[in-house]
Amino acid sequence: MAKSEAVPAFVSGIRLDWRQAGILFALLALLTFFILVPIVRVLWVSLSDGEGGLTLVHFANFFRRPLFRESLWNSLVAGLLVVFFGSLIAVPLAYLSVRYDFKGKILVNTLATLPLVIPPFVGAVALQLILGRSGTINLLLMRWFDMSIPFMEGLTGVVLVQTLHFFPFIMLNTAVSLSNIDPSLEEMAQNMGCHGLRLFRRVTLPLMLPGFIAGCLLTFIRAVDDLGTPLMLNYKNLLAPQAYLRITTIGIDDVDGYVICVILVAISLGSLLVARKYLSLSEYATLHQGTAVARPVTGMKRLAILLFCGLVLSLSLLPHIGIVILSFAKIWSFSLLPTTYTLDNFTEILVRAPHFVKNTLLYTILAAGLDVFLGAIIAFLLIRSRVWGRNVLDAVATLPIAIPGVVLAVGYLRVFHGWDFPGLGAPLTSTWIILVVAYTVRRLPYTVRASYAALQQVHISLEESAQNLGANRLRTFAKVTLPLISGGLVAGGLIAFMTNCVELSSTIMLVPRIESGPISYGIYIYMQSPLGRAAGAALGVVAIVMVSIGTYLTYRVFGGRTGSAFRM
Amino acid sequence: MPAGQVRLENIGKRYGEIWAVRHVDLEIAKGEFYTLLGPSGCGKTTLLRTIAGFVSPDEGAVFLDGDSVTHMPPWRRNLGMVFQNYALWPHMTVFDNVAFGLKERKIPRREIAPRVMEALEQVGLKGTEGRRPSQLSGGQQQRVALARTLVIQPRVLLLDEPLSNLDAKLRQEMRIELLKLQRDIGLTTLYVTHDQEEALTLSTRIAVMNFGKVVQEGKPREIYESPRERFVADFVGKSNLFSGTIIRSLDGLLEIHTEEGFEIKAAPPPGDQSPRESHKVLLYVRPEAIELVESVDEPPKLNRITGRVAASAYQGSLVEYEIESAERIIKVNETNPKGKPLFQRGDEITVTFAAEDVGILSE
Repeated sequence: MAKSEAVPAFVSGIRLDWRQAGILFALLALLTFFILVPIVRVLWVSLSDGEGGLTLVHFANFFRRPLFRESLWNSLVAGLLVVFFGSLIAVPLAYLSVRYDFKGKILVNTLATLPLVIPPFVGAVALQLILGRSGTINLLLMRWFDMSIPFMEGLTGVVLVQTLHFFPFIMLNTAVSLSNIDPSLEEMAQNMGCHGLRLFRRVTLPLMLPGFIAGCLLTFIRAVDDLGTPLMLNYKNLLAPQAYLRITTIGIDDVDGYVICVILVAISLGSLLVARKYLSLSEYATLHQGTAVARPVTGMKRLAILLFCGLVLSLSLLPHIGIVILSFAKIWSFSLLPTTYTLDNFTEILVRAPHFVKNTLLYTILAAGLDVFLGAIIAFLLIRSRVWGRNVLDAVATLPIAIPGVVLAVGYLRVFHGWDFPGLGAPLTSTWIILVVAYTVRRLPYTVRASYAALQQVHISLEESAQNLGANRLRTFAKVTLPLISGGLVAGGLIAFMTNCVELSSTIMLVPRIESGPISYGIYIYMQSPLGRAAGAALGVVAIVMVSIGTYLTYRVFGGRTGSAFRM
Repeated sequence: MPAGQVRLENIGKRYGEIWAVRHVDLEIAKGEFYTLLGPSGCGKTTLLRTIAGFVSPDEGAVFLDGDSVTHMPPWRRNLGMVFQNYALWPHMTVFDNVAFGLKERKIPRREIAPRVMEALEQVGLKGTEGRRPSQLSGGQQQRVALARTLVIQPRVLLLDEPLSNLDAKLRQEMRIELLKLQRDIGLTTLYVTHDQEEALTLSTRIAVMNFGKVVQEGKPREIYESPRERFVADFVGKSNLFSGTIIRSLDGLLEIHTEEGFEIKAAPPPGDQSPRESHKVLLYVRPEAIELVESVDEPPKLNRITGRVAASAYQGSLVEYEIESAERIIKVNETNPKGKPLFQRGDEITVTFAAEDVGILSE
């Protein structure tokens, strides 16, 4: 017996390779079918001349149309502006929260999560009410100074809403990078005579770049991909709404829609490639010893910090305040605040039309479960196996990060529409299952990464010593590996759950019937009519509560390192 | 002695309720290799960082070349520091790492390159200037860290356990290289370590620290051969410690009865006022000062204790024995064991040592 157990690593390794290869192949087939095939179909339609040949004529047409050229330009500019303004808020906040210790620091940390709990398109509606043409602020300005400021008009509104929503991505990523910088690297520079801004420019900044770039990249891709905000603000001259409008109004066969989709993917992939140079460097400044000590601040300096944080906080709280007030309003139109309050809106969405909330719970929990399951297996194959094709699996599973929701939805419509799915007796796109599929695919990269990071922490010797003591592979996994990675798995699942609760980009195109729509869809539908806006806001409040619970739980699981959940 | 180049006056630093160091006075002369030796948490690194300027003391003052620098920021002190983990900037090449301090000092561009190359040559790393720190071995990184510090010609070199991340063999090599380099340049050096062997080989003077205080300061030989406290006797080298009472003084020797019932004769500390009879004292005997003989009949030395071998470990250059007697373990190192009998566990044995090899500590 001792003999047969002496060399299990190699013997069972070879024997098991076939099983692992089988799983890997099955996974690859599954992911190819639901990720690669739709994308390739979209690409094919945009390049096909209709007779089996390839042509670039559709792309030429795209660039010939002034509306499309303007949309492309607007999307790029808006994305960059969101990154720019977001950085102006996020970098100082990250620096303050990591490097300084002061009373009221909780304010800074709240700032990092607050905007994430409210979906941008919900925030857009609320901001419209407060900062819009006939919103509270402009009504006051008109009354007092006979003037108004077009905060929410056109591109300005989109950039404003997105900046307030997305800056935490930059902040969290930058903060993680900053706190990972070994303090001795900065002390050494000080010892050499370097200090102040020079120290920041020569040592701190280059070392925190990986996190900062990752945050900027995430923000840029999400901002360009964001369909809900421009739709809510009724500003259509951007790529995502253009793609949506082409497909929904002109039809599934409109080639221009596909061309826009391909360009959206190209922008995402392009920015990923540009950022990769910096992301690959992210290994290099990790902490060797000690921890960065936050310096205490008091007096005027503290006051200045709190003023800055207070300003940003009150700005990013506006959407939350607006949506809560609106949800209790009977009518809120052309007045500073609603004139009468009611609970009817909540009765409407919880009693009369409860399916939005129910659907959301069903879809997101199913998708999160699938994501955790798939993510754990994929991460296991990536780290623990030596099967050929791991890199391909990794690449395909990570690809959805760069695929805008609109594009995935268009791909699904193209592939599955009018084709009876085996075993279902109907096209996949005619049932709610398609939403679960889209949600699972879109958030899969998060759970893969969370599981990967967790599993990487588990040294193989921990498993080997369990096997050495007589536990077989399954028991080793159940008794040793699983408990150790469960934190990462749960956190990844929560992220998937939270982000799917407020997913709109693909939802809006894939909802087969209004009764199968989730919360985000419900909000969109309600918001179409002035009378339904308050009910939409009530749904928004429910979404905020759900995401808040998710955020809180993630925070608990990650032990205060929420940032790592949103890292690239 | 000329005024110290580095002088600490009554330094104290508190973290919360706990004093990391307190009441520390020390003075380091120009050209000295001064070592702070102590276990982890004894405050030696805090003291080094106080001199570097990263820790501002709650009490006392720091002087460099006679001027108080207590509140001077680190970047104006012109001290060279080598961190335990080297702290090489990963985003810069070896060349840029070494050139960093020169650029900070606004050295003209054309002078920088030759000086960087010279510094790299000094540490034997010519040809690596284009590489990143991550492409170097641990020993090479260590040398870059050293070159980076030496190139700015600092007033004082501060080394924080610089060899602790190297493997044993490399550590030996680097130790000798460091010694040569320091003696060649004549650079005043403050060295922090918990490794007594390192401290003894490298230093001109050592300060042994424990619980935030300097417990003994002196040349390596003084520290090892005449420890003044129990902690020093046990931390620097190993010691067999016995507490006992002075019975009488006879022929210039003190006769002491230990708690275990051993009778030990010891030479009184030189120049010291002889401890009087019935005084409680603490004795120490170094393991290498003790010999083992088979029979009690011909003891070569004055003190003898009979016992039984409890353990023996042959190590080539020496044999480590543990001898059990009166419920005590006595550690014995027999050096140069070639040709001598090797005792086994259970052997009856006599332990013997000279009165001059018994040290008396004030407890």
